[in-house]
Amino acid sequence: MLVRFWGTRGSLPVALTSADIRHKVMTALSLAIAKGVNSPDKLKSFIDNDLDFSISHTYGGQSPCVEIETGRAEYLVCDMGSGARVFGGHIMSARNSVPIVVNVLMSHVHWDHIMGFPFFAPAYVPGARIRIFGCHDVIEKALRLQQSAPCFPVEFSRLAATIEFIRIEAGQVADIAGFKVTPKRQRHTGDSYGYRFERDGKAIVYSTDSEHKLENPAETEGFVEFFRNADLVIFDAMYSLVEAVSVKEDWGHSSNIVGVELAQLANVKHLCMFHHEPAFNDERIQSVLNETIRFEQLTRGDRPLRVTAAYDGMELEV
Amino acid sequence: MDIRNKTYDDILVLSPEGRIDHVNSEAFRNSLAPFIERCINDGKRMVLDLAGVDYISSAGLRCFMLAEKQVKAQGATIVVAAMQPVVREIFEISRFTLIFETFATVREALARFSPTALQAYQA
Repeated sequence: MLVRFWGTRGSLPVALTSADIRHKVMTALSLAIAKGVNSPDKLKSFIDNDLDFSISHTYGGQSPCVEIETGRAEYLVCDMGSGARVFGGHIMSARNSVPIVVNVLMSHVHWDHIMGFPFFAPAYVPGARIRIFGCHDVIEKALRLQQSAPCFPVEFSRLAATIEFIRIEAGQVADIAGFKVTPKRQRHTGDSYGYRFERDGKAIVYSTDSEHKLENPAETEGFVEFFRNADLVIFDAMYSLVEAVSVKEDWGHSSNIVGVELAQLANVKHLCMFHHEPAFNDERIQSVLNETIRFEQLTRGDRPLRVTAAYDGMELEV
Repeated sequence: MDIRNKTYDDILVLSPEGRIDHVNSEAFRNSLAPFIERCINDGKRMVLDLAGVDYISSAGLRCFMLAEKQVKAQGATIVVAAMQPVVREIFEISRFTLIFETFATVREALARFSPTALQAYQA
């Protein structure tokens, strides 16, 4: 199974500025000079092996949209943040004679998770079928609302694709695109839902916009069960722990520390930090990742937990 | 959960031991409560001596935060001292160092706040 991240930023899309790019170029060239890089071969090795990811790449700035490849002639994606625009372009470029079918799982309808839908090209394709699954009863209302005047020029009713809204229930397994999908209600303003996807003995959990209050052992145990033995958990690690329990308490997000702890308790193989704070630049996200890897080493039990930070365009084989 | 405590003049030093994690954090919080009350009522400062704590989880750190909020609202202070290296790193990665003043030893914490308490400690 391949997981592809089209949008990984939380709350609001962001973009690198020209000053950010200049800083990366300056840093990279300064290091290259210091290392005596003077040939194309050395340059490639230098970029691949010597530069921090935060200098040679970017974590990106699209808001949440994560695809799980189905191995079938249909797509499966979590959330329709601004990354859905790029995802839609990918679908259009791979288009053939088979009608487009896209299954969407909505965590919730806050703006950063739906704002890509008006720019999702398959929605404008006659014959395409978009099935939108979720546990909220306001998903259709929210998608129609953001495309109504005066906010957007194309009314939802003018979309050419066949768009269906399908309600699923927390704790009830649904069969979607060949996966057993189990939703779980999460603590977030207006509720959000995490999804556990299982197929062929593998499990992937998408759990974003979820605050963990740490005061109720039963609640903690519920998430440990939801994550239990997962091969990959995509986790909202927007804040530091101190922010999550102080100034940003009840803002509906979690921390890298809680992510590692829950993943360790649940015997998860790979924790992928997600929903990055929009105020963070690439170096800050890299620094949080490095600290989280160190925290995992400090607190490791019998088995190591792989820790990564998601970036736009990242592909993970599960 | 038992917490050793000792008062040096106007400073209360609490010395929990072992692990403070999601299993026993509520017990730790309950044990801490009367000392927080005492700290507020008597206008004392509190030093959390973590020399005997070998691990602290997010749930344990949350107890620290709740205690800090309570005492700060009443104009009192909690500081942290004598953390073992692992606990120190957890504290830093969690960014709790932004909230709590930390000291390498209990002695340094007392010296920072009260010469009389330091005298009592050294006696």
